[in-house]
Amino acid sequence: MLPLQIRQLAVCIDNKALLHNIDLTLADKGVSILMGHNGAGKSLLLRCMHGLIEPAAGSLQWAGIHATDINSRHRQAMVFQKPLMLNRSVAGNILYVLKLRNKPKDRLQQHLQTAELESQSRQSARSLSGGEQQRLAIARALACEPEVLFLDEPTANLDPEATQKIESQIHHATGKSIKVIMVTHDVAQARRIADDVVFIHKGAITEHTKAKTFFTTPESKQAHDYLAAYVKPV
Amino acid sequence: MTTFSQVLSEVAMLLSGPDPDLIEIVGLSLRVSVTATVLACLIGLPLGALLAIRPFPGRGLCTLLINTLMGMPPVVLGLMVYLLLSRSGPMGFLQLLYTPTAMIIAQFALVLPIVAALTRQQVEDSWKDYCDPMHSLCVPTTSAVQTLLWDNRLSLLTAALAGFSRAISEVGAVIIVGGNIDHLTRVMTTAIVLETSKGDLPLALALGVVLMTIALIINALVFSSKGKLA
Ligand SMILES: Nc1ncnc2c1ncn2[C@@H]1O[C@H](COP(=O)(O)OP(=O)(O)OP(=O)(O)O)[C@@H](O)[C@H]1O
Ligand SMILES: [Mg+2]
Repeated sequence: MLPLQIRQLAVCIDNKALLHNIDLTLADKGVSILMGHNGAGKSLLLRCMHGLIEPAAGSLQWAGIHATDINSRHRQAMVFQKPLMLNRSVAGNILYVLKLRNKPKDRLQQHLQTAELESQSRQSARSLSGGEQQRLAIARALACEPEVLFLDEPTANLDPEATQKIESQIHHATGKSIKVIMVTHDVAQARRIADDVVFIHKGAITEHTKAKTFFTTPESKQAHDYLAAYVKPV
Repeated sequence: MTTFSQVLSEVAMLLSGPDPDLIEIVGLSLRVSVTATVLACLIGLPLGALLAIRPFPGRGLCTLLINTLMGMPPVVLGLMVYLLLSRSGPMGFLQLLYTPTAMIIAQFALVLPIVAALTRQQVEDSWKDYCDPMHSLCVPTTSAVQTLLWDNRLSLLTAALAGFSRAISEVGAVIIVGGNIDHLTRVMTTAIVLETSKGDLPLALALGVVLMTIALIINALVFSSKGKLA
């Protein structure tokens, strides 16, 4: 469904312009990463791309189809910053999506496997640990078999091993040529998996660069300062 | 004038052996209130959930209405159902007045707003978390209603229980539309009213004990089933 084309997008809530003058084109497969300070508008932009928010101005199209069109959202899946666990078992959470999307039930096992949750398939999803919930949320999103996967800080608060498991799930997804658009504050992680980086500052995009150049020579001053703060030893 | 201990010993006697009249009264009470509650849940649960998640013009008014109806005195509601079912009323041709069916209708109308209002509140609270994920997955409204009802099953069980408690314990509505006819429409609460006014305190008290025991058993059943549902 690529390319994603955003033209002069603005989002206002309560008369506050939370996103403004957003111009962005995402044409290539792989992992695009959104970075920026807390409250910069990353989650908001992600939700706009997924068609959950009606923009106040401008346009946002997936290969010519408006993002808010159900036909484009139907081919995407999103893992929210605080993922919702349906009040049922781990398996029940995945089966819910399989049934919703008319996928065969026997794919359950395979999804549980990639999330490494086979042994907990009957446990209540809400009793899983934070990292396990994240893994389940990603597995559930992958069960939709989307063409685009949005991930909003999927590894915040996770230990290195849990982070690694989630990154391997992301690799698994890109391997199936799923476009991944992800928010993260973890610079090291972004370096590991990003193909290109979009930097957002106070509701506007300051740059969109290939990962290689972004981490060595960012174009915008804001991105430079952001990276500098992370590299500095505390 | 009977003494308190005499009353108690008679109560014990009534409760020890199966008294056919007592069984009939208790059976009818349960039949009427359970039927009314089940019907009210079948409609009230999806109705409450829809009110919570589907915006439409007049939604605020609807919410206000069911919240108000929740506190409606049973006698007033009984009177309205009476007018509806009385011979000259719009549904008089059905000849339902003074039958158990009329009592079910009245209690249904009593329980429906309770179930719908409590469901609406509960579902609205969790909709805040479900709204984006449900839209993200493109879940149609009917499926979203089912999902939210199922995911809130424990709280909604309590809502149904509140409805049932209201039904089994009310006297005003059933006495007006049922008439407390012996062997036909006499239920526990109307019998207690009658027996007390006749001075047959042991029977009235025995019925009261049964009523409370039933409430206890049903609550215990629900309480123990919560573990399995969780
Ligand atoms: N529904 C809303 N109503 C009012 N303000 C909102 C709403 N949603 C977001 N905002 C504001 O928009 C700004 C951007 O929010 P957003 O969630 O996109 O931040 P973010 O970049 O994801 O930050 P973080 O890294 O902390 O997750 C914040 O200042 C937030 O307070
Ligand atoms: Mg965010």
